Amino acid sequence: MTTGMAPIVTIHDLRFAYPDGTVALDGVSLSAEAGSIVAVVGQNGSGKTTLAKHLNGLLRPTAGRVVVDGLDTTRHPVRRLAGHVGYVFQNPLHQLFARTVADELAFGPRNLGVAAPEVAERVATTATSLGLEPHLGAHPHRLPLPVRKLVSIASVLTMRTPILVLDEPTTGQDHRTADRIADVIRDLSAAGTTVIAVSHDMLLVAAIADRLVVLDGGRLVADGRPRDVLSDAQLAATTRLAPPQITQLAMALPGRTGRRIVLSVPELVAELRDAR
Amino acid sequence: MADAPIISIVDLGVTYAGAETPALRGVDLDVRGGEAVGIIGLNGAGKTTLALTLNGVIPQLVPAAVSGRVLVAGMDCSITPVREMARTVGIVFDNPEFQLSQATVAEEVALGLESLAVPSDEMPGRIAQALTAVGLAGLEERSPMALSGGQQQRVAIAAVLAMQPTVLVMDEPTASLDPAGTADVFAIARRLNREAGMTVIVAEHDVEALASFADRIVVLDAGRVVAQGTPAEILGAVDRLAAIGLRPPQVTELARAIDPTAPDVPVTVETAIAWLGARR
Repeated sequence: MTTGMAPIVTIHDLRFAYPDGTVALDGVSLSAEAGSIVAVVGQNGSGKTTLAKHLNGLLRPTAGRVVVDGLDTTRHPVRRLAGHVGYVFQNPLHQLFARTVADELAFGPRNLGVAAPEVAERVATTATSLGLEPHLGAHPHRLPLPVRKLVSIASVLTMRTPILVLDEPTTGQDHRTADRIADVIRDLSAAGTTVIAVSHDMLLVAAIADRLVVLDGGRLVADGRPRDVLSDAQLAATTRLAPPQITQLAMALPGRTGRRIVLSVPELVAELRDAR
Repeated sequence: MADAPIISIVDLGVTYAGAETPALRGVDLDVRGGEAVGIIGLNGAGKTTLALTLNGVIPQLVPAAVSGRVLVAGMDCSITPVREMARTVGIVFDNPEFQLSQATVAEEVALGLESLAVPSDEMPGRIAQALTAVGLAGLEERSPMALSGGQQQRVAIAAVLAMQPTVLVMDEPTASLDPAGTADVFAIARRLNREAGMTVIVAEHDVEALASFADRIVVLDAGRVVAQGTPAEILGAVDRLAAIGLRPPQVTELARAIDPTAPDVPVTVETAIAWLGARR
């Protein structure tokens, strides 16, 4: 949950246009408190990934300001920002280059000057948390795509940055692995890491997010608690967001007008039991 | 719905070259013409391998030891040339980017027709028909790379449809799509199946989408078919699913939590509303 501390990420009136003039972000303002989990949703082309890439300096604002962990991204090189913001690409092919999974996981912290024994400890703990122990000796590119994605997540986790940006962390994952990723994100948040996750996976979003930000056509059209944002039927229709099935059921049940939005199965079970 | 199976798989085993364990073992599966079949299983359970045996890519193009038999429309998939199989079985994969290579949408859809040596005067009609079926008429001259992921996946489906297959196989077709793209792909699959009578097989993690699409769901676990039945039978067996790491639709989980022994549990929002209403 949010800790009520000062924001560790501040985005002020961010505007970004690609060299061909296409405006990808049009005046987005957003802040995130340390230790919070912010989910960014929206259709393809809404500007989610463009926004995410501003958080570690991969893209620089055309106008506006992005400050992460006290650093203005226009004033610091990507390698400096890398110690503060971990970034997991949507496509693991953009990220993996070592010969073994173990080397891949060790690369980031080694590069940050972390001492060898601690690097080894981080590699071991991270591999365990994501179930990657059996693959540590494997060549990343010989692994199936979903496992490669886990490796790309793990290789950023070992850097232990205070801010973590994940672009579609659960794409292509089965339920078991998606749950594992959700657990890892929750643990990181509990330990104080700020997580910003771009995702289409509404089950993940409903399960972990403190805040839900909706982008549409490069603009921020909603920002609030998932329960509040998902209760906006008009917003869901215009942005074609699909709330979790249990939320859809609760909203469709007769006689529930005015009752609170349900985000999980246990919530609705409890409500229906109480109603008897 | 026709009675004779269009797909007949008997005791199929597949072991990839160099692999220690088989990717599929002892798979028996019949699919009737016009059936909508969902396949679920963890990553690595054998879903993609099964799909690739249906058009002969395994073992003809991907080296693997194959035992048993796969027949589609009477053709033995292990020996009927892949190009020939493509007239009957169309396959759409998870990542549309990897399937598209041409400069325009029309050329993309024409590519498969050229490989089938379809007469050139027949092509424009087939291309138009296929693009209309996926709601992309009018985008013929656009570059596939300039389209959204959902549109790209619809181009990939159109490219397959133009070949007029009787069986459409989709392997995690919505894995890289946003919610709108996912809804569109399932709407197309449903229409092709319900209105055009096409046999459609979809391997997918999204059990909610499958529950309202499939006549039958097949569960793969570690290369074996461990269960098959109606969505209600398969997805209602919540404990069995959990034991192999799969989850039911959320409405099914809700119904099982309320009544662990109910003989029939809902698997879609619509049936859940009725189910809950009947218990008030």
